[in-house]
Order: sequence, then structure tokens, then C-alpha cells
Amino acid sequence: MQTTPTLRRTALYAEHLALGARMVPFAGFEMPVQYAGILKEHDAVRERAGLFDLSHMAQFELWGEGAAAWADTLTVNAVATMKPFQARYNLFCNESGGTLDDVLFYRLPDRLLLVCNAANADKMWQWLTAHAVPEVGLISHHGSRALIALQGPRAAEILAPFADIDVAALKYYFCAEAAVDGVAAVIARTGYTGEDGYELFVSGEEAPALWRRLLDAGRPLGLEPAGLGARDMLRLEAGMPLYGFELGEDLSPLAGGQRWAVKLDKPEFVGKAALAAQAAADDFSRIAGFVMDGRVPARTGYPVFLDGRRVGEVRSASFSPSYGGRNIGTALVEKAAAAEGGVLGVEVRGAVHGAHVVPLPFYKRPK
Amino acid sequence: MAQPEGLLYSKEHEWTKVEGDTATVGITDYAQNSLGDIVYVELPRVGQVLSKHASIGVVESVKAVSDLFTPVGGEVIEINPSLEADPALVNREPFAGGWLYKVRVADPGSVAEGLLSPADYDALVAEGAH
Repeated sequence: MQTTPTLRRTALYAEHLALGARMVPFAGFEMPVQYAGILKEHDAVRERAGLFDLSHMAQFELWGEGAAAWADTLTVNAVATMKPFQARYNLFCNESGGTLDDVLFYRLPDRLLLVCNAANADKMWQWLTAHAVPEVGLISHHGSRALIALQGPRAAEILAPFADIDVAALKYYFCAEAAVDGVAAVIARTGYTGEDGYELFVSGEEAPALWRRLLDAGRPLGLEPAGLGARDMLRLEAGMPLYGFELGEDLSPLAGGQRWAVKLDKPEFVGKAALAAQAAADDFSRIAGFVMDGRVPARTGYPVFLDGRRVGEVRSASFSPSYGGRNIGTALVEKAAAAEGGVLGVEVRGAVHGAHVVPLPFYKRPK
Repeated sequence: MAQPEGLLYSKEHEWTKVEGDTATVGITDYAQNSLGDIVYVELPRVGQVLSKHASIGVVESVKAVSDLFTPVGGEVIEINPSLEADPALVNREPFAGGWLYKVRVADPGSVAEGLLSPADYDALVAEGAH
């Protein structure tokens, strides 16, 4: 007999129901996939602003003076060189160079805040604690702290009246400890949509009231709640990887298009030797962006061909309003098939449809 | 024997309207709402002969591909020309402008077999909704 574990709920669960969200299981949580509709929410974020509940993601804290140096031994990008209040993208690998997770670090004055993918929360906590050293304190706030993302060209305008700091002046990929609507928060100018925006770290108890106040204030400016469906479409258009699709234990940061984040000149980190060898050989299958020539969409898992030979498969795919209503995607393909401008075939229900390799990202926000 | 008037429904959430020996087919409002934003519709070809209940095309939304099972058999005489450029029409007008295809029904008297009346379809939807 097998019992299905019940799904966890974030602090904002009741808000989503009240807004008529369609809830789905995601990484062990019951999360909103959409409210008014994925395309409407996508357009809201690109044109005005969207509000996302990301409280299912894992928030960990690393305490102690040695925390950054310790984190450097477990990650591919540099942590110790982060400036105070800087945010930086990074990846944890295993000894084979496979990706354990892609993350964001936030360097606060007395601690490092580490945000991991919800699907990897347990795995990452076990990895961190297995490599723990006495000088570095580790705390998990997974499930107790909330994370609200406000993303879009009007995000700064909507947030400004609520914050006791000048949010417009907050630099991109930097954060601040501040109050939002009187509530203690870390405000970060980061996001996963390709638009300007902020991520607000607050306590779970205070999140629902903040969510409601932001929505009420933002609605007249075009703010809409946005779910995981829109989030996935937005991040794909922005060329951002999603763990399990462009990155994974079988997809190193090099294969996943994140070579820029791998600092092979760091003295030592888990996976360094494997990644150095992989980089030197440079013969691995890798992620390439593509656009379908016609109207038929690609889907995850569809076979990809080059000159009639199977060379890989589709990883992420979506209709793309921001790429002219074309059908875009990423494919994991042999090196030869990843060349920009290359002609590919994508098999859809037994028929091969034409596609072209294009550089990522598909969409860049206007300056 | 009188031809069925009004719409008949399938368990797969398609509707059909029979007028003489022509049946128009579409998906229901429940179906379009469940699917979400429709981005592509693959329809049978004009001239293709369909077997009742066979899988004859797909409706693709942002998040999923859904098979289309024809509630009626017969020869396809027309497909909706608007859907290639505007698949979202199926979301906006599932019973009107978003119709999918029309068939010439070989045996109009047998169309209702295996299909649900509006009341029975309403009951099916009410059961499924939670």
C-alpha cells in the first residue's frame, strides 16, 4: 500500500484561491499555474507588471566569516568576490560536473542568502549539510519564509510607495535590507522574466497582507497576479535555464549554456576537474535555442534531426508572444547541430518539421 | 425519423450540431477553459473520411497537447479557415466562430449514438469540476 504525501502550501495559498487560481502540484507544493490565463499574465509582465508567489523555493542562510570561502568550494562561480549586497547567479555541481542546482546568492552584511529551486530543496539541504564545516552556520527557512516577485516595466513605480528605500536607485543584481509596507524585508533587484523587477523576501506571516496591498495598489497601474505557466514562458523567452530542462545532473553548466558562470581559475571546487576536462575536449552535446519555421509547436522530448540524422531532443518549448508569435524552444543536440543558423528537423507526431538554430535569448527588454 | 436538433456532446468534450446531413464539430467551453490558451489546432483534411470516435487531430494549448476524437463519422467537407492564423478563436467562441470542421454524415439517424444530451453533458461536467 502506498500513501501519497499531501502537498505543502505556501503562506499565500488562500490568496491564490481567492483570486480564482488554477492550482497544480509543483515540487511538493500546491502552486498557481495560472489566474486569468497564461498569455494574459505573460503580456501583463511584459507591458506592465506581474506578481508571483515564489515561496515554494528554498531559502537557506549561510552564517559565519568563512561562509563565502566555503561556498566557493561547492560552486562554479565566485562567491567571495561578491560585493556587499550583491546578488549573483551560481551553480552547484557534483564530482562529475553534473549540475546539482542553479541558484542565486545574495551577500548580506552578516550572512549569505541562498535561493535554490523548489524541486531541489531537500537534495541541496542534504548536500550543504553533508559538506558542512564547524565555522559555517546553516539555516533553512524553506517553507517558513515567503518570496514575492514583482516583475515588469512598472514594477519600480508600483513598489516605490511601499519601500523605505529608493527602489528605483537599487542597482540591478543588488539587494537591500529594508521595510516594505512596514514589514522587514530583503529587497533584491533580480528576477526570472527578462524584465525589470524585484524579489521581496519577507516572513510567511506577513506575506499575505503584503501581497494583497501590492495587488490593490498595483491594479490601477495594470498589475496582475501571474502563475508558474507565465513564469516558464517568460524565462524561456529571456533565455534563462530551468533545472530539469537545460540543466541537470546529466547536463553540466557547460552543456547548459552557462559557461560564463564557470570560473575554472578558482582554486578548488567540487566538479572542477570534470568541468575543466569537459571544456578542453569541447565535444559534448549542448543546449541550443531554436525557432520552428511554421505554426506547429515543439514539445519537450520531441526528436531533433540534422540532415536526416537524429542528433538530440527538445528540452523546453513554447509559443512565444514576444518572439513574434513564433514557436521557440531549446534542444539538447550534438555540437555540430548547435551552430547558429543551422537547419534542424523536429519530429512532431511522426512528421518532421523545419526549425532553425537561433542565439539566446529570444527576447531582450527594451533599454 | 426527425434529425436531432440542438447540440449533442461527447465524453471527450466535443459538441456536434447536425443540420440535414451536415454535422459541425467543435470543442466545448469546458474544454477550452481546461486547455487554456490554444496556440495550434491540427484538423483533418478536407476529403478525409473519419470514423466515429477516432482520433483525428489535436488541439494544442500553451501547456498541453490534447487529442481530438470525432463525435461523428463521415467525409470532411470543410475546415475552419480562421484557425490557422487565430487558434485563440476556439477559446473566445468555442460554440460559434471557433468551430473546427464539418462532415457529411453518412447516416444522420445514427449520429446520436454514444453521444450525450445537453443535460447529460452538464452532469458530466459538474461531476468533473472541483
